[in-house]
Amino acid sequence: MKNNLKYLLAGLFFGFVLVKSEVVSWFRIQEMFRFDSFHMYGIIGMAILTAMISIQLIKKFSVKDLEGAPITIPPKDSRQVTRYLAGGILFGLGWALTGACPGPLFTLAGAGYGIMLVPIASAILGTWVYGALRPKLPH
Amino acid sequence: MTEFIQQPWPWYIAGPLLGLIVPMLLLMGGKLFGVSSNFRHACAACMPGNIKFFQYDWKTSGLWNMVFLAGAIGGGFLGGWIWGNPEPIALSQQTVTDLQALGISDFTGMMPADLFSWENLASLQGVVVMIVGGFLVGFGARYAGGCTSGHAISGLANLQLASLLAVIGFFIGGLIITHVMYPLLF
Repeated sequence: MKNNLKYLLAGLFFGFVLVKSEVVSWFRIQEMFRFDSFHMYGIIGMAILTAMISIQLIKKFSVKDLEGAPITIPPKDSRQVTRYLAGGILFGLGWALTGACPGPLFTLAGAGYGIMLVPIASAILGTWVYGALRPKLPH
Repeated sequence: MTEFIQQPWPWYIAGPLLGLIVPMLLLMGGKLFGVSSNFRHACAACMPGNIKFFQYDWKTSGLWNMVFLAGAIGGGFLGGWIWGNPEPIALSQQTVTDLQALGISDFTGMMPADLFSWENLASLQGVVVMIVGGFLVGFGARYAGGCTSGHAISGLANLQLASLLAVIGFFIGGLIITHVMYPLLF
């Protein structure tokens, strides 16, 4: 547990940034899907760029983590086109309905929107149903 | 001081800070940033049943992520409850006009009170937005192997074609709801 304390701090930072950037807002997600503002695109774009430069630096200098282990990022299997497109579309439908992706669902609950416990419970159920149907779904 | 900390952040400050989570977790313990895996860990911990997908040691692979998520709830409490922005979000006028036409009247806070309330769970609209929406977030994220954090940020930053496909899917789904479903649902 002591080892995991640092992740609690990272999570605190994550949640704080999510609220202050207004990424958690259903209104901001609507604005994004209506192409009415640059706000969300700027945030996602800058986040990708910052993460990309960081990953390149970590790879270039073979940086090790705090526990001394080499950092490796396993590649995703790009041959499974069906799962990424079909799963992606289903996720996108849910994202625009709730106005929140998984991180924001929890951050909103913390910010006092107790009603978000309903989509959270529903998302766990959705994950469970996926697990049950997984052998029958095309991937 | 309080007034300063209550302010929302512009995209050029918030974006890079959000992106820094990726190297932060890699450096802390070689962990990949991805929030939706926690739904799977919750299933594995509480109701694995006979389902193979949930038969794994969630404490070894996922406890760190659940602790991270607990932190994100705390971050929401600090940033949204203790030091929340008292002003309505500075939305584009076009969005406000379009949402008003759909029947949204309350633009205070981060979520529209017209939609997200316990009372609205008694209506078809509330069931679709909160229950069906949540279900699709959980089902879709696992089917696609990740959500906005795992694919749109971690995956695209690592130049994964799979993540690009998933993000294209996210937008197709989001545009269908916004431009086709919402006008029917209100």
